[in-house]
Amino acid sequence: MPFSHDTVKYLAHLARIEIDDTRDEASIQEDLAKIVSMVDKITLANTEGIAPMAHPLDAHQRLRLDEVSEQDERELLLALAPQSEAGLYLVPLMIEGS
Amino acid sequence: MYNYTIAELLKGLDTRQFSSEELVKFFLGRIAKKSSLNCFITVTETEALLAARAQDNKRHKGEQAALAGIPIAHKDIFCTKGIKTSCGSKMLDNFVSPYDATLVSRLKEAGTVLIGKTNMDEFAMGSSNETSYYGPVLNPWDPKAVPGGSSGGSAAAVAARLTPAATGTDTGGSIRQPAALSGITGLKPTYGRVSRYGMIAFASSLDQAGPMAKTAEDCALLLQVMAGNDLKDSTNVDKPVPNYTASLNDSLEGLRIGLPKEFFGEGLHPEVEQQLRDALRLLEKQGAVIKEISLPNTALSIPTYYVIAPAECSSNLARFDGVRYGYRCQDPKNIDDLYKRSRQEGFGSEVKRRILMGTYVLSSGYYDAYYLKAQQVRNLISHDFKAAFKEVDVILGPTTPTPAFNLGEKAKDPVSMYLCDIYTISVNLAGLPALSMPGGLVNKRPVGIQLIGNYFEEAKLLNIAHQFQQVTDWHQQVPPGCEEV
Repeated sequence: MPFSHDTVKYLAHLARIEIDDTRDEASIQEDLAKIVSMVDKITLANTEGIAPMAHPLDAHQRLRLDEVSEQDERELLLALAPQSEAGLYLVPLMIEGS
Repeated sequence: MYNYTIAELLKGLDTRQFSSEELVKFFLGRIAKKSSLNCFITVTETEALLAARAQDNKRHKGEQAALAGIPIAHKDIFCTKGIKTSCGSKMLDNFVSPYDATLVSRLKEAGTVLIGKTNMDEFAMGSSNETSYYGPVLNPWDPKAVPGGSSGGSAAAVAARLTPAATGTDTGGSIRQPAALSGITGLKPTYGRVSRYGMIAFASSLDQAGPMAKTAEDCALLLQVMAGNDLKDSTNVDKPVPNYTASLNDSLEGLRIGLPKEFFGEGLHPEVEQQLRDALRLLEKQGAVIKEISLPNTALSIPTYYVIAPAECSSNLARFDGVRYGYRCQDPKNIDDLYKRSRQEGFGSEVKRRILMGTYVLSSGYYDAYYLKAQQVRNLISHDFKAAFKEVDVILGPTTPTPAFNLGEKAKDPVSMYLCDIYTISVNLAGLPALSMPGGLVNKRPVGIQLIGNYFEEAKLLNIAHQFQQVTDWHQQVPPGCEEV
């Protein structure tokens, strides 16, 4: 299945990945087309009446008591950020005029 | 000393033949001499020497834990407090974890000494270790060959005898395939057997951590410490951990081994098949009974995996956004530019390809056709194994279709790289345990034999591999130039 320019741009936007180079885009188009044509085999499998398998052990996730188990590590975690100030993560201005 | 097993090293430490500090210095020396293999992203020399001295002191006081003083290398996917954890990516090149993964803390409590973090395919996406931001790892058996991936650094480091033990992770074969191509023993446990807490997530319903070492016995000693309940991982299974070394010497008399006919067809290198047939004869001599079985949906495993794994990856890797940790682009114009350029510049091309593929199969209009369908096929694949385990105790086949390929050979065509994992991927989809053990050399490159077990039957796999290693010496063979260095 061929991937159009618009499809690749749309997927890249959904995934928040910049693609600015036409050569990059061409190779992504080609690779995705190859991968999709390989995975297309599954559409021919007869899965009538077969439940989708979401967990390898067919188990449900365990629950635990709703108690605080983590310590407050705010400073430690903020120290990893590229930019932070006054206990907050800093990002570029999001709302014009504010 | 370089070829000692963990059990032999523990004996040497107990009888004061050498101290942990001497052991750590010895392996650090080998790592330095073999740095051209590029097995390590970080070597933790200072921390290792301090930890080794602490372990020696404990041993003097008789307070040593199970693996006290044994050097170990962790795949750089496991968070290690205060030590860089890059996951093989530029995205995390500056990331120093504020906490230890559960696997890391358990092995630390058992007395192991961390000597370094091993190179890997970026975010564990690859089968050749060529997608690492830190460059490829070379196969110690032949520097023109890949060591396999994604746990290629761990496999090559154990193979070159730079560490007696290492850890890896396996999402589609990433422990077993490099173990096979590098000539070591590696075990992917049952999904949920080992905690995933602190292990950087790629595809959460498939990822599982496991031991990589020279022998099955060493893997048993490591798994003993790694396995077990952890409340920090809600997919971890609360089930008693058996004594893995206790059953190593059990007889193979009457053991029913299944050979899936789909694993012995087109694509399997004839000399790899020959090595497998030779191995089967040895196992038969030990009392095993061989039976042909069928796993009819094997051909669907790679297509199914390349829907499910990218889907989960696109979701898991959404957290890398340039805001809270990791790489951030220079001078972002606005928040969208910050996300998009940080991710464009921080991720390599294979990771981006998989994120885009995952985004595609989860996007509106394609979800039912691909993602839901793949989950149904996953059930079919799992049923194949359940049916097979009614007839046999264990399944045996090749780990890979061929010995190690050359660097660059498959790097340009992603699909040809994906096809290398034909024999390993279905195991992850079903969540089963499987082990790869050395089974000979073809064109002077190692070949792996894969054993697949029923759920939570790691002990049986280790038992069979240990018995096989009593009558073969492939696991003791050292790559040329890696003897005394």
